[in-house]
Amino acid sequence: MAEFFAMGGYAAYVWPAYALGAVILVWLLVASLHGLRAREATLKALEGSRPARRRSRRDAAAPGPAAEMGEG
Amino acid sequence: MHRFANPARFLRLSSVILPWSAGLTVVLFIVGLYLSLFGSPPDYQQGETVRIMYIHVPAAWMSLFVYSNMAIAAAVGLVWKHPLADLFAKAAAPIGAGFTFLCLVTGSLWGAPMWGTWWVWDARLTSVLILFFLYLGYMALVNAFDDPERGVKAGNVLLLVGIVNVPIIKFSVDWWNTLHQPASVIKMGGPAIAGPMLWPLLTMAFAFTAYFVTVSLLRVKSEIVARKIQTLRMAEARG
Repeated sequence: MAEFFAMGGYAAYVWPAYALGAVILVWLLVASLHGLRAREATLKALEGSRPARRRSRRDAAAPGPAAEMGEG
Repeated sequence: MHRFANPARFLRLSSVILPWSAGLTVVLFIVGLYLSLFGSPPDYQQGETVRIMYIHVPAAWMSLFVYSNMAIAAAVGLVWKHPLADLFAKAAAPIGAGFTFLCLVTGSLWGAPMWGTWWVWDARLTSVLILFFLYLGYMALVNAFDDPERGVKAGNVLLLVGIVNVPIIKFSVDWWNTLHQPASVIKMGGPAIAGPMLWPLLTMAFAFTAYFVTVSLLRVKSEIVARKIQTLRMAEARG
């Protein structure tokens, strides 16, 4: 086993190559998943807030930009 | 191809492909790593350092494969205004940059013991470094505009101009003197590499490809969601 990890004396070159490969691939995957989840949450929040606005706009007789701003 | 231009259809298709490509990635990496580290012999000249090849060469192939795909997507995006093509190039760029960086660093790690140097400014190494900067330049450019449409358009032009670098990388080892060895797998007359080393190399190459399919599908999906957010925000701003 020790012989395997020694890589014929080239351990300092072989293992960093494999480690960097693992770090880059895992990091890209995690970052991509994280970004997707965050955006999906934002979209859900935005979509959730929209029907309420529509309803309130319909209730107000004349929907103007001022009324919209008031709702913030 | 226009059947796939519809983002809703793409999302349905990607949700079918994703579990398979993710599973395939895991299986191929397990088999590939086993073959690379245990199931293949040390090289008679290079000893155990030959195992760096199973990371270095697939990363190098992928750096060119991803860039070529992005350039094709850029052409499709510019000519046919295909919305998914634009999103694909943007989604794939960080993965391509990651592969290129991995190729450069593992090349150094291989060069140090075998060539006696970490880096030489020869045609192959320099042109791959330029490829890495093309990826970074594209990523900076598409995000540099307030209007994402303009950013993507500028990025697409950069991708098409940069495609000239791809054949330069491929043939640099034949056209100029270099420390880098010439192609030994994709060449006229078949691969000049022994089976026990060819199989781990091909398995790792397929593992990298399956990984790329998986992560780029996730990222395209993420870009579609980002576009939806942007559309909703603009509709809100208009009132």
